[in-house]
Amino acid sequence: MIRFSNVTKRFRKARVLDDISLDIGLSERVALIGSNGAGKTTLIRCLLGEYTFDGQVSIEGRDPRQERTAVLGTIGFVPQLPPPLKMPVAQLIDFSAALCGTNPARIHELAQRLGLDLAPILTRPFVKLSGGMKQKLLIAIALGRDAKVLVMDEPAANLDPEARKIFFELLAERQEDVTMLISSHRLNEVSALVNRVIEMDMGKVVLDDRVADDVSLSGQFACRISIKRCEPAFTKAMQAWNFRDLGNGMEWEGDVPGPDRLRFMGMTSRYVALISDYSLREVGAAAPCAPGNPLRGQATAN
Amino acid sequence: MKQLWLTAKLDIVESLRARWFQIYTVVFGGIVALLFLFGLTESRVLGFIGLSRLLVTYIQLTMAILPIFVLITTVRSVAGDREAGVYEYLLSLPVSLAAWFWGKIFGRYIVIFLPVFGAMVLAVLIALVRGIEVPWVMFIYYTALLAVMAACFLGIGMLISALARSTDMAQGAAFLVWLTLLLFLDLILLGVMIQGKVTPEVAVTIALANPLQVFRTAALALFDPQLIVLGPSAYVILDLFGVTGYKVFALVYPTVVGVAAATLGYQLFRRGDLP
Repeated sequence: MIRFSNVTKRFRKARVLDDISLDIGLSERVALIGSNGAGKTTLIRCLLGEYTFDGQVSIEGRDPRQERTAVLGTIGFVPQLPPPLKMPVAQLIDFSAALCGTNPARIHELAQRLGLDLAPILTRPFVKLSGGMKQKLLIAIALGRDAKVLVMDEPAANLDPEARKIFFELLAERQEDVTMLISSHRLNEVSALVNRVIEMDMGKVVLDDRVADDVSLSGQFACRISIKRCEPAFTKAMQAWNFRDLGNGMEWEGDVPGPDRLRFMGMTSRYVALISDYSLREVGAAAPCAPGNPLRGQATAN
Repeated sequence: MKQLWLTAKLDIVESLRARWFQIYTVVFGGIVALLFLFGLTESRVLGFIGLSRLLVTYIQLTMAILPIFVLITTVRSVAGDREAGVYEYLLSLPVSLAAWFWGKIFGRYIVIFLPVFGAMVLAVLIALVRGIEVPWVMFIYYTALLAVMAACFLGIGMLISALARSTDMAQGAAFLVWLTLLLFLDLILLGVMIQGKVTPEVAVTIALANPLQVFRTAALALFDPQLIVLGPSAYVILDLFGVTGYKVFALVYPTVVGVAAATLGYQLFRRGDLP
């Protein structure tokens, strides 16, 4: 599907990509991780045909630079930083839909699913939207076409938990026929989304590993948490994840999207001294054969 | 063609919302308004009176302002967009590089020419309302001259944008180009001639290679066909071209310079890193 063959990119004397060779197959979901300056964005730009380089990049055997329109028509891209476009939202949607040969209504529908009501903001300049709104719109534009490759740079960074859940569902709907390349600084942000991890450092691939893919992108975890005393910060955090208060802010219940469970657990770990009971159970999963659910644990306050 | 038009439309909408465009429009509309306000149509220069007098002044002022305005705003927005990540996103969409580059030029051309032309139309409308005679031949030629001037400096601006990798560098280069053309307009040329180190033909050739000088001379030629105000240089120019020939040259040569610069810019753009 995607092939990088001995790709080297230099900016003056600096080697930003150093002889990268990779093969990424259909329906693979790849996390591209690494610190700042590792070469992730440069690799993505080479894939999008935006940079010149030594070596070869091909998508289904075609060069993204030489056959731009044909190749880019099959790629949906979500940048890390939304571009400061002054054009109104409606024009951005129409412009990208016209170029990609898709119906703008499809983008509207996806934005709606992500919780972005487009009607009141259609005439507003894109640059004036909030970070989350921009991100939702760019995701809707990327997914609102028949893309075979999705390239996303920190796609869920600005999304609220509900939008993240729907975003994972949208990815799940496409995972069989789409190859995904998701870039991030931190593995825990994207680990649950992917089945392969490629780590870059100083322009080289330093890790290329398959990961367990036991929880689907559309999987859900039922979660119940009890705390020892009511804490406003904890209440706010729970409400942000759409959890229900079962009694005076001491007991909480809600659903966590499968791909987001690591992030959720990371958030709750900040309140570990407060938590007296914690259960996370995969919805629809078979009953555990060993005593106690493996995902169920007890946190005891000191 | 569809991609080209979409890109042009995009650039027009982006420019219409930009502050530089609002200032640009106010400046040219304001010039005409002020010229009328100060009664320039009633003053007389070299026998010119009425709207001819106003158009002569307007084109002289436009020649001073338009090139630097076009150069700076073009390089600022093109190089600025690249720096801000606009190119990274928009060029990830399936648009050909030719449609993108030429569409951008086309959209920008409309945006920079329309306010200048609009100001001239405004002058004509005011003249018609006030019952002042409209010199149509002069109006049409000056309009063509302004259209060519805008094309010439837009092409140069796009070339600079393709060459420079940052907004600061692009702005510096644009200013330097304008300053060089301005210096060769009179100061350096006169200095060179006074020192007598070059023949008048060479000095005139240098002057005629300068689009700013070409426009200036063409504007003069319309109310001073023998180019008396240019002194001895007029003999060389008129011997070489003739009056009509020079008017044609003043339209063709800057167009060629602009298109050549834009074409070179496109070649550099499509062969280099896009964002």
